[in-house]
Amino acid sequence: MPRRESPLQSETPQGTLDMLVLRVLVMGPAHGHTIAHAIERGSEDVLQIEHGSLYPALHRLENRGWIASFWGTSDNNRKAKYYRLTPTGRKQLAAQTTRWEEIVRAIGRILKPSEEKP
Amino acid sequence: MSWRRFFRRAQWDRDRAEELRSYIEIETDENIARGMSPQAAHRAAHIKLGNTVRIREEIYRMNTISPLDALGRDLRLALRGIRRRPGFTLAVVLTLALGIGANTAIFGVVNGVLLKPLPYPNASELVSIKHTAPGFGVPVLRMSASQYFTYREEGRVFQHLGLYGDGGQTITGLGEPEQARALVMTYDALLALGVQPQLGRLFTEADAKPSGPAAIGVARPLILTHAYWQRRFGGDRSVIGRRLLVDSNPAEVIGVMPDGFRFLDMKPAAEVISLITIDRGRLTLDGFNFSSLARLKPGITVADANADIARMLPIWLNAWPAPLNLAGKEVIESWHIAPTLQPLKDEVVGGIGDILWILMATIGMVLLIACANVANLMLVRSESRAHEFAVRTALGAGRWHIAREVLVESLVLSLTGGVLGMALAYGGLTMIVSTAPTTLPRVEDISLDPRVVVFAVVISIVSSVLFGLLPAVKHATQRGQPLAGAARGASTSRERQRTRNALVVVQVALALVLLVGSGLMIRTFQALLSVVPGFATTGDVQTARVWVPPQQVREPERVTRLQHDILDRVAALPGVRAAAFTSAVPMEGPLRVWQQTIFVAGQTYAPGTIPSLRRAKSVSPGYFGAIGTSIVAGRDITWTDVYGRARVAVVSENFAREVWGSPAAALGQHIREAPTAVWGEVVGVVHDVHEDAVHQLAPPFVYWPVLMENFSGTPLAATRAINLVIRSDEAGSESLMSGVRNAVWSVNPSMPVFLVRTMKDLYDQSMARTSFALIMLAIAATMALALGVIGIYGVIAYVVAQRSREIGIRLALGAAPTQLKLMFLRQGLVLTAVGAGVGLVTAVALTQWMSSLLFGVERLDLPTYATVLGVLAMAAALASYVPARRAAAVDPVETLTAE
Repeated sequence: MPRRESPLQSETPQGTLDMLVLRVLVMGPAHGHTIAHAIERGSEDVLQIEHGSLYPALHRLENRGWIASFWGTSDNNRKAKYYRLTPTGRKQLAAQTTRWEEIVRAIGRILKPSEEKP
Repeated sequence: MSWRRFFRRAQWDRDRAEELRSYIEIETDENIARGMSPQAAHRAAHIKLGNTVRIREEIYRMNTISPLDALGRDLRLALRGIRRRPGFTLAVVLTLALGIGANTAIFGVVNGVLLKPLPYPNASELVSIKHTAPGFGVPVLRMSASQYFTYREEGRVFQHLGLYGDGGQTITGLGEPEQARALVMTYDALLALGVQPQLGRLFTEADAKPSGPAAIGVARPLILTHAYWQRRFGGDRSVIGRRLLVDSNPAEVIGVMPDGFRFLDMKPAAEVISLITIDRGRLTLDGFNFSSLARLKPGITVADANADIARMLPIWLNAWPAPLNLAGKEVIESWHIAPTLQPLKDEVVGGIGDILWILMATIGMVLLIACANVANLMLVRSESRAHEFAVRTALGAGRWHIAREVLVESLVLSLTGGVLGMALAYGGLTMIVSTAPTTLPRVEDISLDPRVVVFAVVISIVSSVLFGLLPAVKHATQRGQPLAGAARGASTSRERQRTRNALVVVQVALALVLLVGSGLMIRTFQALLSVVPGFATTGDVQTARVWVPPQQVREPERVTRLQHDILDRVAALPGVRAAAFTSAVPMEGPLRVWQQTIFVAGQTYAPGTIPSLRRAKSVSPGYFGAIGTSIVAGRDITWTDVYGRARVAVVSENFAREVWGSPAAALGQHIREAPTAVWGEVVGVVHDVHEDAVHQLAPPFVYWPVLMENFSGTPLAATRAINLVIRSDEAGSESLMSGVRNAVWSVNPSMPVFLVRTMKDLYDQSMARTSFALIMLAIAATMALALGVIGIYGVIAYVVAQRSREIGIRLALGAAPTQLKLMFLRQGLVLTAVGAGVGLVTAVALTQWMSSLLFGVERLDLPTYATVLGVLAMAAALASYVPARRAAAVDPVETLTAE
């Protein structure tokens, strides 16, 4: 079977999802469900995601050592796997945010001038 | 990705599954809190999460080392496929096992004989020294003792340089007198080889000094080989220092060689090693009777060494006196002696390299044919899997994926064939080693060593690519083929059929090449058989050697009388029809035959030149009758001639024709072996004898009496080492030989009888090289023909099966069965014709490599080519006729209603 990108990855620029996850975890440890809803809300529902596609991303981030996991109990007393940001992940987030902003600025520069010209 | 995760991925997966379940639970809880029914809440949660299996798969794949994982899967698939089709698998594996096994076996021989270094340290530094002498008319000139001294003392490139020769030595003082096979050498030959003794020491320079042990009454040093030490001394370690009588001289054992020690390719192996004693004061330039070996200094090339010897040759020419029977040094100068050094390995291996490489190429072709056959089988089989592959492609399998699966299956098949082939090769090698022709050197070095195993694995892999690549590519590229079409199987792709045809053409072409090769060998063998060797090869001529040491019988005439006495006793044995003796029997090797400059009375020789070199030996009266050489003119030598010391001679027919024009004209003429010697009268002319080998021309020959005055500088010369020649129906039997031994021992109880063999043995030995090549090529060609025929049969049978519907329609529409038969027959024959055409061109090009093996037949021998084409055409006709007949027998009703 050929690999298929998860919908979220295919609809958002590469690495964006990773950054969003890291961003959510800055606030403190959270489990998958919380992270999915946080991203959905945080992006003002622009990023419509199948929540399941979040999990491969979590797995990837954990493999890279940017986040770590532990089993805990959710607010409504369910067993859940929590993720927290590691120091490496924190650094990565900073780096990626900077880079992301640069890209956005660059794209903005490319797109705007043509609009501003009389 | 890491190995740890790779092996723990099952646990990881369980972990993920639980995590996803927890999501569903939480989401369901929230949905219920929002007022949904539990059922709807659960379903909404699932929708929100998406396909959990796919998520888990994706994570699972992140943890795989995917090529490895895929390989495991493909392997399982391949094994399953193999189990499911035992017939197909058996056919493929057996074909490959034969091909790979035969190749591995021959490579084992090539490796042992040609590739492995000689079993001495830094064997690449070892060389043998020979010379060319274009002015002398012999192909190679070996080394003289005077050259040995000059090269050793003036040379700049040698670490050690030694001379050696072989012979027999009688060892007494150990019960029965025994002729031990002796290796004689200068002290430095073993040093050059770089070997160490197991016990005691090797020869030293001090041993070689004439004032040293070689002087009268002092024991000469002797080294024993391991086998002889075990046999005669039971491995007794106190053997060092023991005194023996060697050729009636005292000798002292100074060392024992280790078990694995072999001296070059000396056969039969030496039993004792003794020192050549050279009286330096009496040396002249000539006497090129020694073989030599030397170890070059590190970094010196053969070219450097040749240059150094070329530099020393003038020094040598000045330093030593001219030979006694030649006028002066100008004669030797006129020979234009030049060095030709050779790596010692080449000297040991000799001319066998040609045959072995030809065999290797031949057997390689058989493997190619086998691969073509297997490729065809795979294609046919994959036809039936086309539907499966089409379905899988439709389900998203990639091209590489399908190609890889076919390749893995090929690899499994060919490695299985390879393992089986290695077992076959082991058996084959054991057989080759035990029955190897005597012309095959270094048989002891042949084994299934790691290099041979690696070779087998490599050719297994290469084969799998060869026969797997075509089907793999075909499948991978058939994407566009509609599923429905593949399922019906009614139409065959034209291109697929073309591929199969091409494979058959290749097979037929290769088979033709091999058939031509073995056909030429058969013709060569026929030509050899039709050569009249000039002596009886019927198996009723027994020979054995007896030597009369000077220490026991000093006086030459008494030597001859003693030999005559032995002869009379042997002739009186029951069943013996004739008995005689000679200094050398035909085909026993060049060493015992004399090379003499024969001067002819009445011919003048320009100053500074000498007549050409002729072969000569001594023969007793009755020799020609006993050995089976007919007398063409004149008479035999008689005992009256011998004891009357009449210098008479018998010459060969070609000698007589060359010098005097006809055999009759030779009678009464005179010849002599040196310008100052006595003239000998030619009293008889005998049939030519192929003295060297069947495939070599019979050399002009001179036969002298066994007792002569003033012969080669000796006042009275007897032949001390004689070969008895005994005509008896019991030749080759132990009863005859025990009679012969008793006859010899009743005359003198301390004389050994050795080198027992029949003339048929010697003759067969001379044919051995050709028959070895013939048998191997014939085996290869038979395999090739069989595989080729199977190939043709397979293709035609397949076409018939595929087109049975069409055949049915044709028959229903009124086509004649004969016509249909012809149609398929024609198809088979056209394929064969194309293959034969390609094969002919290839054969004409390739057979030039086997010229060195041929005798009495042209490389482009028309009868061979015609016969081979005939055989091939017949085989092909048969192979296509059988399936073609099946086509004609098709029942139209059955085939048309089959679907």
